[in-house]
Amino acid sequence: MTTTAIRPETPPPPAPPEPSLSGRHAHLADNTFRVVTLMCGGLVLAVLALIAIFTTNKAFPAFRSEGLSFVTSRNWNPTATHPHFGGLAFIYGTVGISLIALVLAIPVSLGMALFLTEVAPRRLRLPVVYLIDLLAAVPSVVFGLWGLLALSGPLSRFYVHVDNVFSGIPLLDRIFKGSANKSFFTAGLIVAMMITPIITSLTREVFATVPSAQKEGTLALGATRWEMMRSAILGYGRSGVVGAVMLGLGRAMGETIAVALVIGSIPSITLSLFHPGDAMAAVIANQFGESSGTFQAALIGLGVVLFAITVVINIIARSFVSRTEKAMGSA
Amino acid sequence: MTAPTPAGTERDSLTQSSISTGRRVRNSVATVAIVLTVLIAAFPLVLLMIYVIRKGGSTVGLKFLTKPIPPPIRKGPGMGPAVVGTLVITFWATVLAVPLGILGAVYITEYGAGNRLSRLVRFMSDVMAGVPSVVMGLFIFTAFTIKTHKLIGLGGSLALACLMLPIVIRATESMLTLVPRELREASYALGTSKSRTVLTVVIPAALPGITSGCLLAVARAAGETAPLLFTIGTLQLHANWNAFKGSNTTLSFQIFANAQQPFVGAINRAWGAALTLIVLVLVLTVAARIIASRLSVKAA
Repeated sequence: MTTTAIRPETPPPPAPPEPSLSGRHAHLADNTFRVVTLMCGGLVLAVLALIAIFTTNKAFPAFRSEGLSFVTSRNWNPTATHPHFGGLAFIYGTVGISLIALVLAIPVSLGMALFLTEVAPRRLRLPVVYLIDLLAAVPSVVFGLWGLLALSGPLSRFYVHVDNVFSGIPLLDRIFKGSANKSFFTAGLIVAMMITPIITSLTREVFATVPSAQKEGTLALGATRWEMMRSAILGYGRSGVVGAVMLGLGRAMGETIAVALVIGSIPSITLSLFHPGDAMAAVIANQFGESSGTFQAALIGLGVVLFAITVVINIIARSFVSRTEKAMGSA
Repeated sequence: MTAPTPAGTERDSLTQSSISTGRRVRNSVATVAIVLTVLIAAFPLVLLMIYVIRKGGSTVGLKFLTKPIPPPIRKGPGMGPAVVGTLVITFWATVLAVPLGILGAVYITEYGAGNRLSRLVRFMSDVMAGVPSVVMGLFIFTAFTIKTHKLIGLGGSLALACLMLPIVIRATESMLTLVPRELREASYALGTSKSRTVLTVVIPAALPGITSGCLLAVARAAGETAPLLFTIGTLQLHANWNAFKGSNTTLSFQIFANAQQPFVGAINRAWGAALTLIVLVLVLTVAARIIASRLSVKAA
């Protein structure tokens, strides 16, 4: 890339050396600027630390009154005379919805990434990139609105059929049971649509960095295109794909508004996909307005748990992705 | 297959013998499946767009965008305060997040330049980008709203700024690393100080890319709901242009609230707000794309 490559129309005017601004004066300005940028960079670390401190502090009454049962008990009863705040059902819901979303989103995302890097003719690539952009641009609340008012009705009729098909088969009849229009599966499906763009674009970046020698070598050995994709691309980019999927998982767990609209808000631990449930982010969004005291502390506490889980997932995912980047860079 | 040369015949017979029918079929099935995934992803998006345009299109109009929001039970247009709120709250979030994010990225690429702290900042801004928006809302609620006892637009702006900050940092950082070293060296050779080089040479050179990244961050923030639920209060009647005084509301907030109402009027307004919000977000996204592609065309 040349100098004119970035912005040819305005060649950045290099400031002429000003003799008057020599020595200490320029040095002072320079140092001030360095400190300012350092503070802005440090802001990221500060905000992350402050999130942990402030939310944990406000959630403390709930943690103290519940102890470990805050995450191990399913007894959630905020309005009783002796209220209980066992958040297990919400954690179960969050994990369950995220897993459903991943199962649905991973094949579609990997397929689209392979389509973009290997299969698509050049002129089809841009429209598909726009499709992914568009899917990523639709706000969560619009997905929720559409899921609630347009999608959930037809879905529940579909659930009835599936329920009938699997009734009588052990285990499967428990998994595919129920016909609620607001359910784990409805939420998982909506979340899958929302995490598909991020998994697709990340895996696409990983696939694009697979050296062409690797691909050509596989083809030269007589592999078909699919065998090449499977061994050279998926094999080579495996840890990058794992990282991308984990980032998608983190996104799925934090999805709030769409889930809040289509989950049904009935905290439950059940294998049945088509049953209503609840999730951490969703219960915070739905009930925070009416909460106070320990109830509010418990909702903030669920936020703390969610924060901790997503930060850990993101740290692991990012180290997977950066490891791939390094491996690709040295290759 | 007819091959004109003996060498070609040899190659064809070789491929035919080496690729069994099973592998050939598997290859075709995989190709079809890969094409299918694109259609599977496009299908719900097309459905959603059609639905929002059909339902919202009949509601949105000048009256809808400017009039006060009627009570849920009443029919008729009105989403003015939410339009104003979205603009005001997103504006202040942008004012907060963009300069701080750009300067943070300058630290990573120009001053930290690969030292341990800059790598930590870079890594942690990636991690921060993964923090759920609802947690950002809880953070501002506990750190700002409780302390000041104020449900104001600025609270929402602060939460959205937290959300935007890592996006701006990463977008800017990746653009700054593309600025060629020679440009910086040329500037130094003229006797320019480092800070002036960054402000007058490096950042202007990367400006289209930075602008594009910032627009995407703004688009993301404009569509967010969760961080606003606890921080901006509720407002129905009069548009509030002031982020520092009085409660506020946004399009996203109104969609969330109205979607759960049993009344036709409220639900229609939710669709109208959804269409307005999608158009707003898409304009920002497309603008970002255009600016970014201009850049890449010139770079090529």
